[in-house]
Amino acid sequence: MCLSVPGKVVEIQNNMARVEVGGVIRDVSMDVCPDVVVGEYVLIHTGFAIQKLDEKEALETLDLLRKMAEIQ
Amino acid sequence: MKFIDEFRNKEIAQGLIRRIFEVSTRPIHLMEVCGTHTVSFFRYGIREMLPKHIRLLSGPGCPVCVTPNQDIDLAIALSRRDDVLLATFGDMMRVPGSTSSLQKEKAEGRRIRIVYSPLEALRLAKENPEKKVVFLAVGFETTSPAIATTLLQAHDEGIPNLHFLNSQKRVPPALRALLESEKVQIHGLILPGHVCTILGREPFEFISKEFNRPAVIAGFEPLDLLQAVWMLVNQIEKEQASVENQYTRVVRDQGNPVAVRKMEQAFEQDEALWRGLGWIPGSGCRQGSFQFHGRPPDRGGR
Repeated sequence: MCLSVPGKVVEIQNNMARVEVGGVIRDVSMDVCPDVVVGEYVLIHTGFAIQKLDEKEALETLDLLRKMAEIQ
Repeated sequence: MKFIDEFRNKEIAQGLIRRIFEVSTRPIHLMEVCGTHTVSFFRYGIREMLPKHIRLLSGPGCPVCVTPNQDIDLAIALSRRDDVLLATFGDMMRVPGSTSSLQKEKAEGRRIRIVYSPLEALRLAKENPEKKVVFLAVGFETTSPAIATTLLQAHDEGIPNLHFLNSQKRVPPALRALLESEKVQIHGLILPGHVCTILGREPFEFISKEFNRPAVIAGFEPLDLLQAVWMLVNQIEKEQASVENQYTRVVRDQGNPVAVRKMEQAFEQDEALWRGLGWIPGSGCRQGSFQFHGRPPDRGGR
């Protein structure tokens, strides 16, 4: 039920955005996620963007995991 | 960066499992609070890969499975009224009430519409001004901001025929009740990443401060879950208890304050009945000052 998917914002008009999820474009409300610009990724749940994804944090997590797993 | 495939890397997963085996010495019970975590653990076969003495317990689950009979019964009763159009998330269709389910009722011709977003219920209300559109509002904090925003929008736009049958639930009070009653011993908690996306870390700090248990906010991909298990095992082995955040690419410490504000504007905390858990203080919500958008009044003409 709390399933949410990441998607890339391709267009924003007022409080609605067109977001690409796995090659499909969805209309998504940006009402609770106002500070997003085109090109950024958001997490989508029931037609709403609920948070902006942080690429820097994602890369840091992956870097840490690679180190933990001893993979270069 | 697609934010999915990168977190399904098999080599890294194998490395993380080795780390867990190295650090884990004692039998422990970890609870995953969220049903989507339970699904991920099964889908990726993670349970079988972990040391045998780490037992994963499924927690309260999801807002669908904790919806009590009485709310389903009420939704069914409303769907039988010819002035009502009932809108619901698809997940609710099969949930049994006392004598029927929404799926059975739909098959018998009741006006029940499956919606993906509460905004679709608002659209139905605009398209069917002669009907009372009742949205069966279920959800944890992940979903509540969407429901709240829709309610506030209906209010602002003066759409009088959208009603909310409110069965939303709040996660932190349920976890408190669980830890207080604790029939099963829990050594650490895997916290629901998308509820925490909205609420942030602070509402969960009581788990470590008051109950002296470690907890980790986790994402939903295999590497997220393995890292979360490792973080919990590590804390337990060192006899530490803090609330850590594994899901940093999504969850900020302060959550999503805009979303929280919408929830607070639209709803007030209330007692709620959970299927399987009973009444839990503060774990539900009611509609505050927006009563006219609540349950439709008993039939008084169409």
